[in-house]
Amino acid sequence: MNMPPTTSGRAAQPYMNPYVAGIGLGLVLLSAFVVMGRGLGASGAFSNTAAWALNAVAPGAVEGNEFLGPYLGDGSAHPLKTWLVFEVMGLFIGAFISGVLAGRTAVMVEKGPRVSGAVRLGLAFGGGMLMAIGADLARGCTSGQALTGGALLNAGSWAFMMCVFAGAYAVAWFVRKEWI
Amino acid sequence: MTAPLYTSGLFGEEASLLVAVLIGIGFGFFLERAGFGSARKLVAQFYLTDLAVFKVMFTAIVTAMVGVALLSSAGLLDLSEVYLAPTYWTPQIVGGLLLGAGFAIGGYCPGTSIAAFATGRIDGMVCALGIITGTLTFAGLFPWLQALYLAGSAGELTLPQLLHLPYGVAVSGVVAMALGGFYGASLIERRFGARGQGNPQ
Repeated sequence: MNMPPTTSGRAAQPYMNPYVAGIGLGLVLLSAFVVMGRGLGASGAFSNTAAWALNAVAPGAVEGNEFLGPYLGDGSAHPLKTWLVFEVMGLFIGAFISGVLAGRTAVMVEKGPRVSGAVRLGLAFGGGMLMAIGADLARGCTSGQALTGGALLNAGSWAFMMCVFAGAYAVAWFVRKEWI
Repeated sequence: MTAPLYTSGLFGEEASLLVAVLIGIGFGFFLERAGFGSARKLVAQFYLTDLAVFKVMFTAIVTAMVGVALLSSAGLLDLSEVYLAPTYWTPQIVGGLLLGAGFAIGGYCPGTSIAAFATGRIDGMVCALGIITGTLTFAGLFPWLQALYLAGSAGELTLPQLLHLPYGVAVSGVVAMALGGFYGASLIERRFGARGQGNPQ
């Protein structure tokens, strides 16, 4: 299979062994428990960002919303000055560092050979919307619920995680042309 | 001093944001190392050609879970100070199904969309914009979704409490389940295995 052109011009390196990467990820999660008393997350940072963006274009719209209001904070600090927003900024930096070191950064659209770039981007957007509604209902995503709650043996997180796999396998056949 | 270091007062809120960036860097680094900045690598899990998502997730869960168990039994980590999200069965089941469906359609989960964006994937950036739009949609629909959001409340609930098992037994059970899962994954990959296994596609 052809490698994508990388911005570094070097051939992309193979990915890390999944068990080694899993131990690395697990030690990062453990360090979050030990240092901070909390786990990893991602969807919460999106909620802060959504609250901040909506408040910027429609002042007053967020305060009255029972879901998004708390993500705006009490006004004593900038709504993006939260632990999860900073953690996700770090996530961006860490992924970039790893991608550059491995020659895997490339400006491209990831898709299968049987789908156009426009359709793929539309599905990426729609899938993102669906995920957000799921994560907001569940009070967390694959990071905050599945990984973090999984390691803490949180009962609801384990139910959530099983349902993530079930939901994905249930629709995979219908979107197979997007990928294979 | 007993961990968690932050809740025991070793450092303040400003310093915790620096810790957040450092922990995030480690998080993003290992996501990308594993190949999780690539939608095709991620969704291969759902076509059974590459089960890296399962292997990485469960190795990470087992590593952190065993670490927490050892540190707390040695008295070094006060587990009661580690935040445990309350369980709400109904929205977590419905939310999990929706997030899984969105994962297979969008190609990423929220965290990995950022890892993909960081390494140049335009679809990762568009997926992240979709997540923000979906969050605003959820907020707009919240008056109608609030009953579902609060359904099946069970409070702080762990598997050992739910199944009436000692903590150590539950930990050992998850480790055994994961090891069995890893063996099963190797059999599935041998049956459905991808070409160019383990390489960027």
